[in-house]
Amino acid sequence: MEYVRPKALGEALDALAAFDDPTPLAGGTDLMVEVNLSHRRPDVVVSLRALDELRRWDDTWIGAGVTFARLEGADDPALAQLARTVGSPQIRAAATLGGNLGTASPAGDSLPFLAAADAHVVLQSTAGERRLRWDEFFVGPKQTVRRPDELIVGVELPSRPERQAFAKVGVRQAMVISVVSCCVLRDPSGVTRVALGSVGPTVLRATGAEEVASQAVRLTDTDLEEFQRRVSAEVRPITDHRSTAEYRRHAAGVVARRALERCLR
Amino acid sequence: MIVQLTVNGEDRHAEVAGWESLLWVLREDLGLTGTKGACEQGECGSCSVILDGEVVCSCLVMAADADGADVTTVEGLGTPEDLHPVQEAFVAEGAVQCGYCTPGLVVAAAHLLETNRRPEPDQIREALSGNLCRCTGYGAVLRAIEAAREAM
Repeated sequence: MEYVRPKALGEALDALAAFDDPTPLAGGTDLMVEVNLSHRRPDVVVSLRALDELRRWDDTWIGAGVTFARLEGADDPALAQLARTVGSPQIRAAATLGGNLGTASPAGDSLPFLAAADAHVVLQSTAGERRLRWDEFFVGPKQTVRRPDELIVGVELPSRPERQAFAKVGVRQAMVISVVSCCVLRDPSGVTRVALGSVGPTVLRATGAEEVASQAVRLTDTDLEEFQRRVSAEVRPITDHRSTAEYRRHAAGVVARRALERCLR
Repeated sequence: MIVQLTVNGEDRHAEVAGWESLLWVLREDLGLTGTKGACEQGECGSCSVILDGEVVCSCLVMAADADGADVTTVEGLGTPEDLHPVQEAFVAEGAVQCGYCTPGLVVAAAHLLETNRRPEPDQIREALSGNLCRCTGYGAVLRAIEAAREAM
């Protein structure tokens, strides 16, 4: 195995371009699981550990190297809430937002927030920069359009409302991979966006449910019931070792409604 | 490649061939077997160490990527003659059943009390949420950490 640790972003992009099929290494919390289980043997590892450029974070930008431990202190309530549900303190100290994007698990905890906020993923390579909306970036379970020579450098966040909620269903409180996850953002005029994880090949938006919730500033119980019903109808879950499609469909409606109710308080 | 580390205040080095984890290097190359390995997926916390000031699962740190880092293992917290307050409290409270998870719990608890001198009970639980004890001995562990908090 070849291991390189570039000291600056430009050097990292050069390294990614120079090798055939390089593996970027950020916090290691996904990659090393695969390595330890002998599922993966990377030939070339490009460490991102020394790249301070990736750790920049402000209101409109989160660098790929920002850890979930830092994101626990986010001003965005949903972002702070989701960060606290990632793994354990040990995992959050190492795991990064860029890693969550690169792994692109349908259960990635940051993805519902990024999808609800209509974030753009920014990729760089020696050939230039690509700026892709979240739904252009994720194309399937653990599949993105990132080329091997490209590095995820961060996400751009458009302005988003203060009323936000993240909710996740799992088999226990800590150290859990989601069975359903959900983020709701609602602005003062009532416009609502709802994104769900673990209930489709990639994170998805429930646009029919968004229409129902967006129609009024004050929502009635009937509206909330219709919202819940539509979320359950719009998700595309499968049955796997963590849960059944039937349970996920039901739970998606329930958690989405709860998240919306939190935004209404 | 040669990996240079500061482990428990001493300069150490190890030759790594490829994908070995920091856990492997600590145990197999440096003989520091206090740090345990179990799940190797970051779920159990038995391999917890302090790496550059943060508690991490050493099984998920590629040893090559730890080159130049400062590592504290359970061996670096106290000695049999001069136990760390957390270790003393674990002994006093009998916060050990089979003992396999104990080093990871002690490292996580020691780090908590070094970064937050007055943790609330829920903060203690949160700090230990990545350390599994399958003997289900958490009650005594929580009492021990509260006792250590008072002693420190």
